[in-house]
Amino acid sequence: MSSDTTRGGPPSGRLGTPDQMAARDAERVRSAEEAARRRRRRKVVGYVPMVLLALFFLFPLVFMFVSSLKPDAQILSDIDSPQAFLPVGDISLDNYSGVFDRVPVARFILNSVLVTTLIVGLGVIVNSMAGFALSRLEWSGRKVLLTVIIATLIVPFETIAIPMVYWVSKLPTIVMENGVPMYDFGWLNSYHVQIVPFIANAFSIFLFTQYFSTIPKSFDEAARIDGAGWFTIYRRIIVPLSGPAFATVAILTFLPAWNQYLWPLMVVQQEELRPVMVGMQYFFQINPAWGEVMAYTSLITLPVLVMFLAFQRAFVSSIASSGVKG
Amino acid sequence: MTRRSLPGMLAMTAASATLLAACGQAGQADGGSGGGGDADGGTTEISMWTHSAGNPAELEVYEQIIADFNGSQDDYEVVMESFPQGAYNDAVVAGAAAGDLPCLLDMDGPIVPNWAWAGYIQPLGIDEGIIDSLLPTAVGRYQDEVYSAGYWDAALSIFARESVLTENGIRIPTTDEPWTLEEFDAALVTLQGAGYETPLDIGAEDAGEWWPYAYSPMLQSAGGDLIDRDTFLTADGALNGPEAVEFFEWFQSAFERGLASDAGTIGNEEFNNDEVALSYTGVWNALGSLEAAGDDLLILPPPDFGNGPKIGGASWQWGISAECADADGARAYLEFSFQDEYIAAFADKQVVIPATKGAEELSEMFGEGDPLQPFVELSQLYALERPPTPAYAVISSVFERAGKDIMNGADVQSTLDQAVQEIDANIESNDGYGF
Repeated sequence: MSSDTTRGGPPSGRLGTPDQMAARDAERVRSAEEAARRRRRRKVVGYVPMVLLALFFLFPLVFMFVSSLKPDAQILSDIDSPQAFLPVGDISLDNYSGVFDRVPVARFILNSVLVTTLIVGLGVIVNSMAGFALSRLEWSGRKVLLTVIIATLIVPFETIAIPMVYWVSKLPTIVMENGVPMYDFGWLNSYHVQIVPFIANAFSIFLFTQYFSTIPKSFDEAARIDGAGWFTIYRRIIVPLSGPAFATVAILTFLPAWNQYLWPLMVVQQEELRPVMVGMQYFFQINPAWGEVMAYTSLITLPVLVMFLAFQRAFVSSIASSGVKG
Repeated sequence: MTRRSLPGMLAMTAASATLLAACGQAGQADGGSGGGGDADGGTTEISMWTHSAGNPAELEVYEQIIADFNGSQDDYEVVMESFPQGAYNDAVVAGAAAGDLPCLLDMDGPIVPNWAWAGYIQPLGIDEGIIDSLLPTAVGRYQDEVYSAGYWDAALSIFARESVLTENGIRIPTTDEPWTLEEFDAALVTLQGAGYETPLDIGAEDAGEWWPYAYSPMLQSAGGDLIDRDTFLTADGALNGPEAVEFFEWFQSAFERGLASDAGTIGNEEFNNDEVALSYTGVWNALGSLEAAGDDLLILPPPDFGNGPKIGGASWQWGISAECADADGARAYLEFSFQDEYIAAFADKQVVIPATKGAEELSEMFGEGDPLQPFVELSQLYALERPPTPAYAVISSVFERAGKDIMNGADVQSTLDQAVQEIDANIESNDGYGF
């Protein structure tokens, strides 16, 4: 105890008098409040650009949805004013009914969902297995093969499109005639011609190979001692530990598969097999029907938005962990 | 662990294979689109591609013709697949590469010589009487052989409001006395002074085939051309001669002075809203402008740049693929389809100029005294086909690029010289395309 206390006076010394302590407490509270206010201000200041950026990225979508409700003339007259982003004026669903009159939308969406789902689903299986073989198995020539696979990334698809059309038109296939399976040639006008060429993907293989290489090989060795085969190691150890890589590949495969245009245009002549992006061309007649273009775009964007919202967390975490953006 | 995983792997493989096979089966269910083949009941299937997807009015007429033809005989059954216009040529080229072209296919007039040269199509071989009854620009020829024929043609003109020209003291041109370049230029300057910020909608915001379709007739009217039509072996002197340079200098100055612009929207909205005084546009926009301007609308001949007014000719036409297994059936269909009633239906539903005199009389828009009759006259008087050479595909894209460069201020002579060099190099590397 300090000498001040023994004299019966108020506590003093290093802690100071009660008034001083109270003042210090008040000061601390004020400081804390001030710090909290500063943090809030910083947070608000930090949010402002984020909100602005979000609005910036949202504008095209808002413009698309809003314009899909307006007649062509109004879309063009609103374009240089903020009204372009507001559902004002002659609002109706006419463009949507026009879309359904002009294009078999449901059929096109169904085709794209089927083709995209299979490309993504089979793609992650095939490419992850290839990545596993290249990163975990010891065999001669794997580095050369990986180099060759990566080298194919520099070849633009457009340069090989026509030869590919020729080749797929000569590939064997099985068709049913009166319930009897028959051997035939030519993959044109089918779903599988839109799917099979895009299952194996050099970039996906590279991504899986790189990701799998970061998983310690001691896991494999322990599993081998327990009697696991390579496929079991792949399925029970590698796949569960590689969620972000699978999510990344799924997303990176989904978008181009959904947006396919040139390839289906060349290999599919029957309307009932066409995907959504080919359908977009239906609206570009001599004078484009902009309202219907916006309505159609809104309709075909919905599945992508739903997919993104459903897998938003996986999408963000895959970017964070793999450093790859779509 | 391995023993359990093997069945799983096999199951997965089997499931994938089954799914793909099912997909393949779904795709194959309706058969391919190759040449003729036997359909049920001994009839031969004639496959047919059109560029009309997304154009219900045009498809409706085709469906009617096909239904009537299929119902009129038992030998052939025409089966149509429609493609969107913007993607059509790519689909045909891919089909040709795969040997999977249909028997009947339509094509834009200027591409006919290229596809004939490339071996995609064969001589048309339909009744000469039908060919003779059509507008000359509705028939596609290569090396004096007929390869295609169409139900209609289109025409460009200058749209104006009579009241606007009268109020500004501008002479209304006629086919007997069209505007000279000087008159046209002076009219644009007057209209600019009267408050039209950009008096002419010349359509420069558009792209692709529009550029040679719209502006090469102006070049030809000025005395130039896209290629030397005597030999079809060089563009030198035609595309970069003094007449061509003079025309493009005016073209460039029209943009520099703000008489025309490459802003705005494709279509005729600006004219319909009275934001521009004159519009250089096609018959397909006439109904909208009639609605907007009513009796005030004038459909005027394009200006005479020195060698008489010119407009581009040749629109979509029908041909028969070289690999068609039953060309007789394809010809039978085509001969059936060239009936005046069908041609008139195309003209009225599509707002295009009917290719026969009989259809013109049946038409509700293009007959004597009908509102769009002036287009028939313009087409007959001024239509000039784009050069009937396989090199046109290259000429078209080179011309568009050169025209846009000049519009944006590039040196006229050197830009045209460069264009000539590119065209000539292409012709040379293709051994003259058969000329």
